[in-house]
Amino acid sequence: MNLGQDALLAMTKDAERAFPNECCGFFYGHEEGGERRILASTAVENRKEGDQRRRFLISDLDYMRAERHAAKTGMTLLGVYHSHPLHPAIPSEHDLAVALPFFSYIIVSVQPEGTHHVRSWQLDNQRQFSEETILHLPAKWRVKPQHI
Amino acid sequence: MAQLIIPTPLRKFTEGQSTFAQEAATVGSLLKGLAEQHPGLQPHLFDESGTLRSFIRVYVGDEDIHALQGEETPLNSSDEVSIIPAIAGGCGF
Repeated sequence: MNLGQDALLAMTKDAERAFPNECCGFFYGHEEGGERRILASTAVENRKEGDQRRRFLISDLDYMRAERHAAKTGMTLLGVYHSHPLHPAIPSEHDLAVALPFFSYIIVSVQPEGTHHVRSWQLDNQRQFSEETILHLPAKWRVKPQHI
Repeated sequence: MAQLIIPTPLRKFTEGQSTFAQEAATVGSLLKGLAEQHPGLQPHLFDESGTLRSFIRVYVGDEDIHALQGEETPLNSSDEVSIIPAIAGGCGF
């Protein structure tokens, strides 16, 4: 996975803003020949009722908006990000339970002093998570901030 | 005929097709028509007993079919039906 600087910055800022709660959102870009380029992300509200320090939930309407945003901008909806406050950027059983094929899952591990780790995961054919290597795109792939 | 919007992560089972259209009287028959045409989708939409999976939501326009008549919700030819995967998780410790 090739991750653009703006998308990475937006996701880590969202994780730090939401701390100690979990943040969540979507990211977009292009895929060619199995290679992903993430160019933009959009934050959405964590709709989990009760304790948001350990769980997140994205509303159905926010998901629909994300699909429409991808169609409108000519990008592909490539995955979902969320944060793990005070925990490693490793998927939990809750993450695995509803994970979808094709999507990448970026997890931001965040501590009181800021972002600790950013890792990305994808389901394999045995419905287990495999880690994706994150490469950082050069600054020329910058895009304007996205809102849905 | 009613049009069905296929979510991005399931398009790998429809050869990249983002929409599906078929004459169908109800939401359930439209979904079954989709799964028959693209059998790879079947286990992602329905469980072994043929029931729609709990983490798959279906909307007609902006209305969840649970607030309508479920899979028996009747369709008009101008209806747009969306399949929405549940997106949730968290560190959960």
